[in-house]
Amino acid sequence: MTTPMGETTPRLRVFLVDDHAMFRAGVRSELGAHVDVVGEASTVASAISAIAAQHPDVVLLDVHMPDGGGRAVLEATRKTAPDVKFLALSVSDAAEDVIGLIRAGARGYVTKTISPDDLAAAIRRVADGDAVFSPRLAGFVLDAFAARPDVPVADPELDQLTNREREVLRLLARGYAYKEIAKELYISIKTVETHVSNVLRKLQMSNRYELSRWAADRRLV
Amino acid sequence: MEPNTGNAVRRLYRDPDRRLIVGVAAGLAEHLGLKVAVVRAAFIVLLPLNGVGALLYVALWVVLPTRPVDPNPDPEAAAAEPAPRRSRSITDLIPYAALGIGILLIVSLAGLGSLTSWLGWAVAVIGVGAGLIWHLADADRRRRWSRTVPNAPWLGALLDEGDRRGYLIRLIGGAALVVAGIIGVIAVFAPVSGAGFGAVISGMLFALVALVGVALALAPLIWRMFAQLREERVGRIREAERAELAAMVHDQVLHTLALIQRNSSDSKTVQRLARGQERSLRNWLYKPTGSASELLAAAIEQIAAEVEDTYAVAVESVVVGDAKVDDAVGALVAAAREALVNAARHAGVATISVYAEVEPDQVSAFVRDRGAGFDISTVNNDRHGVRGSIIGRMERHGGKADIKTEPGEGTEVRLTMPIGAGARI
Repeated sequence: MTTPMGETTPRLRVFLVDDHAMFRAGVRSELGAHVDVVGEASTVASAISAIAAQHPDVVLLDVHMPDGGGRAVLEATRKTAPDVKFLALSVSDAAEDVIGLIRAGARGYVTKTISPDDLAAAIRRVADGDAVFSPRLAGFVLDAFAARPDVPVADPELDQLTNREREVLRLLARGYAYKEIAKELYISIKTVETHVSNVLRKLQMSNRYELSRWAADRRLV
Repeated sequence: MEPNTGNAVRRLYRDPDRRLIVGVAAGLAEHLGLKVAVVRAAFIVLLPLNGVGALLYVALWVVLPTRPVDPNPDPEAAAAEPAPRRSRSITDLIPYAALGIGILLIVSLAGLGSLTSWLGWAVAVIGVGAGLIWHLADADRRRRWSRTVPNAPWLGALLDEGDRRGYLIRLIGGAALVVAGIIGVIAVFAPVSGAGFGAVISGMLFALVALVGVALALAPLIWRMFAQLREERVGRIREAERAELAAMVHDQVLHTLALIQRNSSDSKTVQRLARGQERSLRNWLYKPTGSASELLAAAIEQIAAEVEDTYAVAVESVVVGDAKVDDAVGALVAAAREALVNAARHAGVATISVYAEVEPDQVSAFVRDRGAGFDISTVNNDRHGVRGSIIGRMERHGGKADIKTEPGEGTEVRLTMPIGAGARI
C-alpha cells in the first residue's frame, strides 16, 4: 500500500498513548515516514492534558492501561476536544474490550500486529472521518448483529445491518482491503467507506442485547 | 420393596423422597424390607408408652444421614422415579394421624396414661427443636461450613450468604421448641401446683434475659470474627487463582521466552514461538471452553495453530457463529486445512486469512492469501491437493469448493457446506 498523501496534503499530527515504552518507540519510528508524531503519553492523566495542549488529528489509543484504560482518555477528551479522532490499538481480542472502546467513541480498532503501511492507511482513514475495522472486529459485529429469531428488534434502523453492509463486513472479516472489497462488489471505495461508517454508527448507537451485554461484561456502556 | 442386591454393606438412611414427616420410617422400612405402613404404625403404637414412639423417631432423625446420591443410577430406576423431590402428601398423613389420636384416646379412657407420660413428650419436643437446628441444611452444606470454620461449624452457617432468612426462622423455631420442652420437663418434676409452675416460668424468663444480655455483649466480638473469617475465605480464593496463573506462566511463558533467547538469531523460529505462545495465552484468557472435535470455532482455531506451527506463517482466523462438528463440517474443516497448507507452502506470504461463518442452512469457510496465485487451468490436473483434498472432499459430502486465483493476484478458496437444522448453535 502506498502512502496516501502527496505534497499538497498536510502531514497528519498523531499522538501516541500506550504504557509500553518499547511499543511507543517502535510505532514512532515506523510511522515517522508517513505522519508527524507530535507527542506520546504513558498514563491516562498525562495523555488527557497533553492531548488537550497538542490537539492532534488522530490519537492512537491503547485499550489496556492502568487507571481506567483508553476509555478514560476517550471520555475526558471528547468533552474538551470533540474533533480529535481516536483509533484503538490493542493486543486484546476480547469482544467486550473492542466493542466497549468503539461504543465509547473510537472510530476504529486495529491489532498491534498490523503492518506499518496498513497502520498509516488506517490513521489517514480515521482522520478523514471514516471507520477502520480489523477482520476480527468485523467478525464480532457480524456475530452481534446476527439475525436471531428469538431477539426482538427494537429499532430496525439501528439494530439491523443491511445486506450490503453484511457483505462488506464479511469481506473485511475475510481479510479484504477496502480497495479489494470495492472491486469484488463492483462499487467505489467511497461507497465501501460509507457502508463501514454506517456500521460503526449502528455499533455505537444500537441497543442490541449482545452489544449491551459485551459492554456490561467489563462495565463499559 | 425391591430387594437390595448390589450393596455389600447396607447402611441405614433416611429417605426424604418418600417422607411423610422427614423420611425416617421410609428409610427404616427399606432397610428392614418391610412395608412403610407397618413401620409407621409401629411408631404410632409406641406413642402412648411415655411417648417412646416420638422419642425414637426424633432420635433416628438426628442420627440417620440422608441417602447419598447414587453416582451411577440404574437407568430404569432413574426413568421410573423422577428426580425432583416429592413434597409430603397431607392426605397420606391423615390415616396415621387418625390412628395416633385413636390410640391416645383409648389409652387415656382406659386410665392407663399417667402424668409421667408427659416426660416423654417433653423430651420429644426438645429433640424436635434440636433436630430442627441441626438439620438446618443438608450434609453437603454442613461439610462446607465445617471446612470454612473447622472448629465451629455453626459459625459457617451464619457466614453462608444463601437463605439466611430461612435459617433464622428455623433456628428461632427450634430454640423455642427446646425451651418449651425444658419447661415441660421441669414442670413434670416440679411439685404439681400453680405457684411452682409460675416460678419455673419466671426462672426461665430470667435465664432468657441473661442469655440475651450475654449475646449483646458478645455481638461486636462475634461480628469482627465473622468479618475476619470472610476475609480469610476471599484471600484463599485469590491465592488459588494466583497459583493457577503462576503455574501457567511457569509452564508456558517462561519456557517460550527461554527458547526465544536461545534461537534469537533465527527470526522465523522466534516468530513461530511468539505466535504459538500468543495463541495459547489468548485461548487461556478468552476461550476456556470447546473442544476441536466438537465445535467448529475450536476446530478452525486448531488448524490455524497447526499450520502456523508447521510453516512459520501467521494465520488470522475469524469465526462467526458456531456449529457442531459432524462428518460434513469435519470435511469442511479438513478442506480448509488443506487450503491453508497450500497457501503456506506456495503463496510465499507471511499472513493468511481464514474466515468461517455459520448461517442457518450452511457453513462457509474462506482461506485467502495475497501471494503468488496460480493459473488454475494449467495446474489443476497434477495438483492432487486441490483436486482430491479440497474439491473432491467437499463434493463427496454435498458441499462445494470454488478457487479464485490468478498469477500475482493471490488465492482465495471458498468452501460451503449445507448443514442440518440442529447443527447450528
